[in-house]
Amino acid sequence: MSVAPRMPKCWREESKPHKFCPGCGHGLVLKALGEAIDELGIQDKVVFGADIGCSLLAWDFFNCDTVQTHHGRTTPVVTGVKRANPDLVCIAYMGDGGGYAIGSQHLFNAAARNERILAVLVNNTQYGMTGGQMAPTTLPGQKTETSPYGRDIEQAGYPTQGPEAVAAITQDGAYVARGTVANLRQLKGFLKKALENQMAGNGFSFVEALSTCPTNWRTNAAKTWEFVEKEMTKYFKVGEIKAPGQKKEA
Amino acid sequence: MAEKPIQGERKAFLTGNEVVAYAAVAGEADIMYGYPITPQNEIMHYWTRMAPKYGKRFLQTEDELSAGFTTLGGVLSGAKAFTATAGPGNTLMQEPMSMAEMMRIPAVFVIQQRGGPSTATVIYSQQEVTMTTYGGNGEGFRVVYSTATHQDLFDYTIKAFNTAWKYRFPTFVLGDGYQAKMRESVTIYDPQARGIELIKPTPYLGKPGSIGKDREVTHMRNTYNTEEELYEVVMSMAKEYDSVAPEIVEFDAREVDDAEIVIVSHGVVSRAALSAMLELRGAGYKVGYFRPVTLRPFPGDQLRKVADNAKRLLVVESALGQFNKLVQTNIYGSAATIDTIFKPGVGVTSEEIVAKIKATL
Ligand SMILES: Cc1ncc(C[n+]2csc(CCOP(=O)(O)OP(=O)(O)O)c2C)c(N)n1
Ligand code: SF4
Repeated sequence: MSVAPRMPKCWREESKPHKFCPGCGHGLVLKALGEAIDELGIQDKVVFGADIGCSLLAWDFFNCDTVQTHHGRTTPVVTGVKRANPDLVCIAYMGDGGGYAIGSQHLFNAAARNERILAVLVNNTQYGMTGGQMAPTTLPGQKTETSPYGRDIEQAGYPTQGPEAVAAITQDGAYVARGTVANLRQLKGFLKKALENQMAGNGFSFVEALSTCPTNWRTNAAKTWEFVEKEMTKYFKVGEIKAPGQKKEA
Repeated sequence: MAEKPIQGERKAFLTGNEVVAYAAVAGEADIMYGYPITPQNEIMHYWTRMAPKYGKRFLQTEDELSAGFTTLGGVLSGAKAFTATAGPGNTLMQEPMSMAEMMRIPAVFVIQQRGGPSTATVIYSQQEVTMTTYGGNGEGFRVVYSTATHQDLFDYTIKAFNTAWKYRFPTFVLGDGYQAKMRESVTIYDPQARGIELIKPTPYLGKPGSIGKDREVTHMRNTYNTEEELYEVVMSMAKEYDSVAPEIVEFDAREVDDAEIVIVSHGVVSRAALSAMLELRGAGYKVGYFRPVTLRPFPGDQLRKVADNAKRLLVVESALGQFNKLVQTNIYGSAATIDTIFKPGVGVTSEEIVAKIKATL
């Protein structure tokens, strides 16, 4: 008899096994997020917004109040919730297309206004839900359905450095980090700090998670992990990028 | 903090935008989200001046997509939330409006129509009728009040919040640049002092209590996996919309019983239509007047009866037939003939209507 791995308490059992593809990083990011929510004991106060993208599959993932929104629009929906009821802990969950392409004006303006919300962005270097098109995060030379000969930086530019951009435009009080599904303990730590930052009313919190999409990458398990750990980290530096008061301490 | 913005009632001489802001405060709106666009700007200007005095809030967003979606967020957390826009902003806001339709989110939108297509003019039109009634990728599950006077702006802004929260369909106050900028006298009042009960909002998300003990968890979605699943959702919404429509429908019909021609118009144009009708009646012409106040739901049965009876309609609007499409669809099968005065983006005077009718009768 095999023992199922322990689920975070705030996960909703009825919707498990979850709807993501086998080997998908979304489930791992949501595991780290679930554990952070559990450790902070905030399940009842969380409002979770799920973007359109593979994120939409998380619409009944948690035993937390959840709203599915539109592609790119989770940041404003959750901002609207928080502005009207600041006691809630608001999380906008989105893909890289949702956050850096169609919803970039929302992400960057929410950051600039220091909205007291947490945006979690899953970076899997392409558009998962729509079948693997190029995203702002696609690596130079990476083949996708709309860059079949590889991303041409002359035509499409370099991958968006989201957390770095957010860090550059936020005031003190913001928390910005990039984690990876290859290091869940660290990712959970970032998410927990980010939630605490919101609850303390310090400012905008943003965590990008390097993630996997074996379906569209067409990779086996070994190649999937190799891509996250070796290829993605060439362009996306994992670590804490900004935390309240950090400058003063340094 | 001041108690109430208006005690009892009083006469005032205000611009329409000011009236909307007063009405939103009097109607106990909690929060406005907005993005600047002429001719609605002063709604935000007056709201932001009054709001802090009454514990209300405002967020200026990065665009109308955001203004619409933050408004939905505000409603989800249980606030009476609204926004205001016009023209290209209305175009952008169709996306959040379609989410409001699908998820039955009672957001209130004030639209002050300006010229179109595109940036066009910041002045006036009735060219946002199609978009406001049936915009977005939806089926028009919305309530749209088309106002004609400052009194309407005040009354229907208050009513819009009640309608939205009672029926849980997004609700629109459709004004225009003339109404927005013009000053006229209006009676502003405390709705409760007039016996109007203001419906209290309740949260969709983040209700108090512990999940699984005191309350159920809420999962709201707008995405469905199968055609059949979606069909059920849309058809049950349609059924509910149709069943409450008769309670919501409003119109004004005058002198229609013996009329040989009835002027059909909405919004500010109906003021010209009304004075034309009165003038023609005075001169012995058998002219009637019909004004739908709600464009969604449309007073179709009522208008069809009028059309069948008079056999001639004159449809007048400051657009190239957007309102007329609603009229034609709703009286389909009637033998009545339709004359038109279409002036896209331009005002209509009673003289023009009088002249047209004298030439045709
Ligand atoms: C306004 C709008 N444009 C396009 C789409 C189609 N669409 C759905 S999901 C998606 C991309 C999802 O990619 P990403 O945000 O990176 O998330 P992932 O699926 O990779 O997790 C797109 C383009 C949409 N739903 N709405
Ligand atoms: S398509 Fe990719 S991102 Fe979407 S669920 Fe499958 S593996 Fe995950």
